[in-house]
Amino acid sequence: MNAAQPPPKIRIRNLCKRFGDNIVLDGLDLDIGVGESVVVIGGSGSGKSVLLKCVLGLLEPEDGSIEIDGESVIGLNAGERERINRKFGMLFQSAALFDSLKVWENVAFGLTQGLGKERGAARETALAKLADVGLTAEVAELWPAELSGGMKKRVGLARAIATEPAIIFFDEPTTGLDPIMSDVINDLIVKCVRELGATALSITHDLASARKIADRIAMLYKGRIIWHGPTAEIDRSGNEYVDQFIHGRAEGPIRMEVRAR
Amino acid sequence: MNVFQAIGSAFLAFLAATGRLALFAVVSTSHCVRPPLYPRLLGRQMLEIGYYSLPVVGLTTLFSGMVLALQSYTGFARFSAEGAVATVVVLSMTRELGPVLAGLMVAGRIGAAMAAEIGTMRVTEQIDALATLSTNPLKYLIAPRLIAGFTMLPLLVLVGDVIGVFGGYIIGVYKLGFNPGVYLKNTWQYLEFVDVFSGIVKAACFGFIVALMGCYNGYHSRGGAQGVGAATTNAVVSAAILILISNYIITELFFAK
Repeated sequence: MNAAQPPPKIRIRNLCKRFGDNIVLDGLDLDIGVGESVVVIGGSGSGKSVLLKCVLGLLEPEDGSIEIDGESVIGLNAGERERINRKFGMLFQSAALFDSLKVWENVAFGLTQGLGKERGAARETALAKLADVGLTAEVAELWPAELSGGMKKRVGLARAIATEPAIIFFDEPTTGLDPIMSDVINDLIVKCVRELGATALSITHDLASARKIADRIAMLYKGRIIWHGPTAEIDRSGNEYVDQFIHGRAEGPIRMEVRAR
Repeated sequence: MNVFQAIGSAFLAFLAATGRLALFAVVSTSHCVRPPLYPRLLGRQMLEIGYYSLPVVGLTTLFSGMVLALQSYTGFARFSAEGAVATVVVLSMTRELGPVLAGLMVAGRIGAAMAAEIGTMRVTEQIDALATLSTNPLKYLIAPRLIAGFTMLPLLVLVGDVIGVFGGYIIGVYKLGFNPGVYLKNTWQYLEFVDVFSGIVKAACFGFIVALMGCYNGYHSRGGAQGVGAATTNAVVSAAILILISNYIITELFFAK
């Protein structure tokens, strides 16, 4: 891993996570610099989502260390975890909007519950964030069940940026969307991350999305980062696993694992 | 050897599950008494448990009271002790039938709904989303439901007791030919504070059990729609069993000689 200067926003060392006999993360190392946008690519079931959940404290790793701004975040109590999580925004793969709340209440949730902001002021901020992602005030009054997949992603993005977090995670941001809507979401991600000056960690297997939103791409395979480098270099990585993945070939070193599963 | 291994594994799994449930109960209960509380969510849950369960609990206790009057009359008539019908109805309703029937009906109605709602939130990552928005899911989702279950079921049972006694009164007076004044006098005469109080204590305990099992099973559901379905079934079955077991224990504590 690069010893980034200044010190990385997120530093992960020797991260190990298993579920029973299934080793998902096996000594993963990754540094993400301040203001950097890193995309982790990898096949389905390679542990990308587990990586995000370990950083967010939703899963407890068996071994290794995770530091945010130099502070170790493994084994924190609930109160400390809430403090650390105020630095994060997260766009979930399914958007994970709260069914029982209207769209604007979803976007304002982090402001009212997390930061204790007054409801009226939080609503104003929510409407502004919805406008940032191209949604109108009429949409704000709808329920999540009334939205299309693309609109849900946009609301999820608005919710992720509403508290203006220093770090934003994107879990498969374009999965299930048509190519045009995928590009719209990619553009919005780039715009929002730039405007906030946030550090971004995304996971995807959509190469078009990765090329658009990443400063740096890392490939996860068998629980480790097997290659990482600037986005422009991914086509000449010299790594046969990466080549097979980005060209979507059935033949290659990853073949046996694909068929075995 | 394999038989012993299987028994040992099952026993260890049972202990682990009991430990997880106990830990969940203790941590969730601790959130009930530590701010911030969520009054809007608490109010919604109280309305759901207390107000919207009233028709089903009312109907259950009404007909139970009526059946009780009929059956006890049939039995006591053989000993020429028909006068005890009113007393039997009121004691049975306040001590046993009111809290147990209300607990079981609320377990079917509310426990299942809680497990399904929280289970769906779990499998659609909404609970993970709560954590990333700096909101403790136990405090936001579980604590209001526990408080509402603990406080609203006693009120529900008080109303159910009255309706059940009224059901016995209707049968006693209009079908069995008791004098209304005598029936009411017999109802009040042998009723003691502890009879009603023990029912209220049971109801509070059952309300807590229903909410706890609904929340616990929903919170730990896995595997999509099938997992949510299993969580819902487990919530109702486990709550019903725990209600019946704890009913015996509380009765023993109050009335054992």
